[in-house]
Amino acid sequence: MAKILAVDDSASLRQMVSFTLKEAGHEVVEAADGVEALELARSAPADLVISDVNMPRMDGISLVRELRGLPEYKFTPILLLTTETSDAKKQEGKAAGATGWLVKPFDPEALLTTIKRVLG
Amino acid sequence: MNAARQRDEAQSAERRRELLLFRLGDETYGIDILSVQEIRRYEAVTRLVNTPEHIKGVINLRGTIVPIVDLRIKFNLPDVTYNEFTVVVILNVVKRVIGIVVDAVSDVVSITEDDLKPAPDFGAQIDDDYLAGLATVEDRMIIVLDIESLITTPELGLIDEASAQ
Amino acid sequence: MGIDVSQFVQAFLEESFEGLDLMESELLDDEILDSSCNGERINTIFRAAHSIKGSAGTFGFGFVGEFTHGVETLLDRIRSGQRPLTEDARALLLEAVDRIRDMLIAARDKSPLDNEAIERTRKAIDAMLESEPGDAPAAAARESREKSAAPAESRWRIRFSPHRSLFATGNDPLRILGFLRDLGTLAIECDDSALPKLAELEPESCYLRWTLELEGPATEAQVREAFEWVEDQCDLEITRIDAPAADTSRDSEAAADASSLEGAADEPASTDAARAGRADQDRRRAADRRNDAGSIRVAVEKIDQLVNLVGELVISQAMLETIARTDFEDFDAVHLERLRQGLAQLERNTRELQEAVLGVRMIPINFVFSRLPRLVRDLASTLGKEVNLVLEGEDTELDKGVIEKLADPLTHMVRNAIDHGIEKPDARVRAGKPRAGTLKIRAAHQGGNIVIEVSDDGAGLNRERILAKAAERGLNVPENPSDREVWQLICTPGFSTAEKITDISGRGVGMDVVRQNIEAIKGRLEIDSTPGHGTRMTIRLPLTLAILDGMSVRVGDEIFIVPLTAILESLQPKADQVYTISGRGRVLNLRGDYVPLVSLSDVFHLPSSREQIEDGICVVVESAEDRAALFVDELIAQHQVVIKSLETNYRRVPGISGATILGDGRVALILDVDMLTQMH
Repeated sequence: MAKILAVDDSASLRQMVSFTLKEAGHEVVEAADGVEALELARSAPADLVISDVNMPRMDGISLVRELRGLPEYKFTPILLLTTETSDAKKQEGKAAGATGWLVKPFDPEALLTTIKRVLG
Repeated sequence: MNAARQRDEAQSAERRRELLLFRLGDETYGIDILSVQEIRRYEAVTRLVNTPEHIKGVINLRGTIVPIVDLRIKFNLPDVTYNEFTVVVILNVVKRVIGIVVDAVSDVVSITEDDLKPAPDFGAQIDDDYLAGLATVEDRMIIVLDIESLITTPELGLIDEASAQ
Repeated sequence: MGIDVSQFVQAFLEESFEGLDLMESELLDDEILDSSCNGERINTIFRAAHSIKGSAGTFGFGFVGEFTHGVETLLDRIRSGQRPLTEDARALLLEAVDRIRDMLIAARDKSPLDNEAIERTRKAIDAMLESEPGDAPAAAARESREKSAAPAESRWRIRFSPHRSLFATGNDPLRILGFLRDLGTLAIECDDSALPKLAELEPESCYLRWTLELEGPATEAQVREAFEWVEDQCDLEITRIDAPAADTSRDSEAAADASSLEGAADEPASTDAARAGRADQDRRRAADRRNDAGSIRVAVEKIDQLVNLVGELVISQAMLETIARTDFEDFDAVHLERLRQGLAQLERNTRELQEAVLGVRMIPINFVFSRLPRLVRDLASTLGKEVNLVLEGEDTELDKGVIEKLADPLTHMVRNAIDHGIEKPDARVRAGKPRAGTLKIRAAHQGGNIVIEVSDDGAGLNRERILAKAAERGLNVPENPSDREVWQLICTPGFSTAEKITDISGRGVGMDVVRQNIEAIKGRLEIDSTPGHGTRMTIRLPLTLAILDGMSVRVGDEIFIVPLTAILESLQPKADQVYTISGRGRVLNLRGDYVPLVSLSDVFHLPSSREQIEDGICVVVESAEDRAALFVDELIAQHQVVIKSLETNYRRVPGISGATILGDGRVALILDVDMLTQMH
């Protein structure tokens, strides 16, 4: 059971992610954009961050960069939710310090399989 | 014989009803207590504009706008004063909340249908339509009002005629 | 674990429709074509498209996602400056928005879909994308995710040498090994030769290397997947060493290693846990579904207001608690007075909180209005008409439930006005009118109601034709019907004035359905029409709860509220600005314009404390029809008020549109500016 920060500007996707993770017994905190996520991440450290890339105010890549700058997030797994064709984004995400990615569209099973890879 | 009488009594007991008595000038009136929501002291009203004189205005009753009717004016009583005994009876009838100003509330009594006698003609002051009858309780004569008819009568001007069914 | 994504579909649809509306309204704004300042707008549109694309597949709408991909690519090109947003591109994007909406609606209602139209739009987008240099993204989108056939048993040797920086991305070699272990039997050999002496060791670097042998039904793709996230942070060598007759010593070694690595994640335990949580999960899911049904977006200010009010409530409670702690012997008149004050304050807090909570349900009518420009534009071009749309009162707030039920009738009324009301440009010119018709849609508070008017300057209704049609249809017609009675006939079931059924108005929905819909939300539909000058349809809805920005003014002892939206200006009149016109009352000279002067104390028969005109204030107001200067004793303050209907317990009062409760608990009346400007 881990504490997971789920970041997405799409409420439905966020709900789905959050619901799935909670069903799997994790504790989930939700944020609608990078700014909100960063604030939450600072006030309550998470074991895993799952973030969308395209978001208003602060996008996922900048969020990764900001998080990696925080001592308590130096090694925390951060997964980006990206779309199939955005290879450039994957690389950009990696360069910023993202651990990995989950390709949209995904289903709850895929989400759980993926987070297993980072939560061990 | 006996059984029949008992049945009669039982029936009239069933038809017993409670009246709230109040005074308007020298007369005592009664209305069905089930139509009374609460009794309040008279307080300043917000006047409405271009309305008949007996409609005093509106008050704020816990967020609801309630019109206040002064029955003393409506019934042409000579002496209309507002003092510490002046009360407002808040009625809940025909899905509306309406306040009526009376001189004082005196009592609650219980009567049976048999106690209620048809009223003689009162003349122009009170319309027969909203007079339920007269009752005598402990030597007092009570004018019993049919409050629903009174509230909905176009004469009182409380309700848009279109919706006054 | 089986998770049913359908429970999030409603949220997805809601959010997607909002996204589409947003795309549409941004696209309709002409500023979007100006490349010098459209960056943020295009970004917004892109994000909306991106969101839909990203979520669609997840919630079982893969076809929507695929379609939206082309749109997104086009937007991305525009966003990155590779191509400008031309009028053509805008039209195509608007078309695409419609197609996406159609697809979602069809999916939601399980209704048929015009696949040809979708294919047409898709081709148009592909064509636009291919008309320029750059990769063919349409092809990329359709890139198939080929899955190789079920792999046979195979053995892989993997040399995995992570770069020292591997940990910096939050990756961990042990987790990768764990992933591989799920694919089959794994033999692990760790090379620690690069490990420095402790003093030189940097704890944040990775010094270890591994050689792995995996045996099981795994494909190379699956093996590579394990390293997908770190392929740029390691040296990786994967070779197939398929040797059915591999040497046995190695095999047993592998088995031993594998068993030593197993243990932590053992299957039975996790399934048990899943089973235990099942009942609880079902309950929670049911609760979630309930919450999904009919959600509402609330402006942040309203939430802030609620929070503030709760704050005040807490203060009142604290104040009362302090009084309650007073010893009985010490309780005196002062305490009693404070107790009364506290209770009065508590009553006010409670009331305000109640109203604010109810106010959460209120949303601006713009929710419906914002769809109209698009509708009007499309209809006008389909029908070869020119229409100027004028929207007024978009901020008028209505209950969410009412607004949702208003969308259909309003849309139909607009269709009607453009289809039957406004004439073709030539016909208009012949009638001496401007080529372009004007369609005005206005929402306002009026006479204790919310009024929504749809008026056009078209041909108007034709009395003779309606009567003839009614006779033909065998409808009941009163003797010597008034115009109003005739107009009402068009709302009778089975009536249609269109000469031919067009695909605009003739979708089997007539004015009778419009009227039914409006009556279902306790509204009334009124129709006025003047031949040659146009038609006005008015929806009158009772106020459930509405909030209004108002200015409080005093006349004698009474306080009235003037709706702020109606106020043009306030001024202290000079005697020489006021003229009396015999028989018509007074007028105010307002910088050369003469505006009727309406003294509220005269209109409402109230004593005024202002004897001289210079002592009072003129509030110049404007209604839909007219202007007037309301003469009052003084202005008090500007505030938001909750409108209460007088009709709940009383009746309509001429000149008054409703009432409100002031901060001190007193009732104040809200002026009906439309009526007052017509009173003179």
